[in-house]
Amino acid sequence: MTAESPIISLRNVGKTFESGTTALDRFDLDVREGEFVSLLGPSGCGKSTALRIIAGLSKASSGTVAWPAGQSAGPGDIGFVFQEPTLMPWATVARNVRLPLDLAHADSARADKAVRQALGRVGLTEFAQAYPRELSGGMRMRVSIARALATEPRLLLMDEPFAALDEITRFKLNNDLLAVWQEMRRTVIFVTHSVFESVYLSQRIVVMTPRPGRVFTEIVIDAPYPRDERFRTSADYAAQCRRVSEALSGAMEGVT
Amino acid sequence: MSARLLRIALPVIVLALVIAAWDAVVRAFAIPPYVLPAPGVVLATLISDGSLLWNSLLVTLGITFEGFLLAAVGGIALAVAFSQWRLIEYSFYPYAVILQVTPVVAIAPLLLIYLPQPLAVLACAWIVAFFPVLANTTLGLNSVDHNLLALFELYKASRWQVLWRLKLPAALPQMLAGLRIAGGLSLIGAVVAEIAAGSAGAGSGLAYRIAESGYRLNIPRMFAALLLLSLAGVAIFFALSAVSYLALRRWHESALKRER
Repeated sequence: MTAESPIISLRNVGKTFESGTTALDRFDLDVREGEFVSLLGPSGCGKSTALRIIAGLSKASSGTVAWPAGQSAGPGDIGFVFQEPTLMPWATVARNVRLPLDLAHADSARADKAVRQALGRVGLTEFAQAYPRELSGGMRMRVSIARALATEPRLLLMDEPFAALDEITRFKLNNDLLAVWQEMRRTVIFVTHSVFESVYLSQRIVVMTPRPGRVFTEIVIDAPYPRDERFRTSADYAAQCRRVSEALSGAMEGVT
Repeated sequence: MSARLLRIALPVIVLALVIAAWDAVVRAFAIPPYVLPAPGVVLATLISDGSLLWNSLLVTLGITFEGFLLAAVGGIALAVAFSQWRLIEYSFYPYAVILQVTPVVAIAPLLLIYLPQPLAVLACAWIVAFFPVLANTTLGLNSVDHNLLALFELYKASRWQVLWRLKLPAALPQMLAGLRIAGGLSLIGAVVAEIAAGSAGAGSGLAYRIAESGYRLNIPRMFAALLLLSLAGVAIFFALSAVSYLALRRWHESALKRER
């Protein structure tokens, strides 16, 4: 890894909700430009909270969130993919993908082009005029990803986007996500509770402890890209998964 | 027989049976028309008094339509104001509820004292009809998907963009449900006010005809006017249902045909 300056840097970030629950405590994270990082941990370890703080959807109770590489993120610099597709049911696929550009009053011709491009990237060109209800769960998630890509964000945040999908669809979307990432070379922070998914996708995995959420350890997955089904069935992949799995068990017990 | 055909055929058969029984009872006991007119007599009255009743129907429908329009505009505007400014909601919502729970029959005589009659009737139609629009639209505006709200926030959407592009479309199904209720209620409001105005009123709506016919023991005309009122109510319901279906058919669960 080159010693590039991080695109985003969290220092000592804490988050305590009004209910008194501490979701994050002294959480540190640096993500470099172009990196694919996963936050891995059990439910309730504050990984989604960390993502929302990075997106600016939630305020940290303590600590700092900085964008050292440039000025802080403007609208369209961050793409967010939620756990559910979160589409507007009354709008066509194209109108949904176009939403971020419409909200920013983007020039119409430019927006059309961006929508075409984003839909092409996720393989949904023919479905531009369909309504969300006409699509399968996996396709809806693709629309959601296309919408997040429409503004060509510097940072793509994904909050367990494939957790609700069946395994076959999830594998397919994993592959497609990697293809998009390699083509666009944007920074991705991917939240998941699946060891297998995190190893398959990421360059680096941040394992978190539950309650309060804290970084337990970081594991670099140095397998080369492109990764495909061969990687998924390789001994190397299995070994990496075991390593990450052990780290996760350690995080659950709280032993270092 | 297909379910679709049954749904049309069965109510028609029930109607035919009820009319036949009604006719048979009137004949069998030789009931005079000023007590209970036979269905044929009601139909004959409907034709002989046609132009009179038709004009009355138009008057009542006019008031209903105006009341409905005011209720729709007022209810939606108030709901939007409530959702945009909490303080307005806190200040006025209790009074909207009070206006709703007070029976309009009790308010009508007062309104007739303070307002000229046409305006009083219109006010009654509005009072009864606006609340379901307000309540339903408010519910719709408040039940927007939280993640979609977060998404709009992420893209720094303005308040008006959130309202126009997210909250109003999301509230559309509930809003239309409210309007459908309001359509029937504005007819009720108009009728109640006309009845309250009674023969003292200079109005000439259908409810006024019913009251007037009652005083004159013209029972067949009462039935004919009542029939027209029911038909008007049914027509309003179907028209609003059609509007709702057309607006939602592409995307909302309530308007989807499910294949089994």
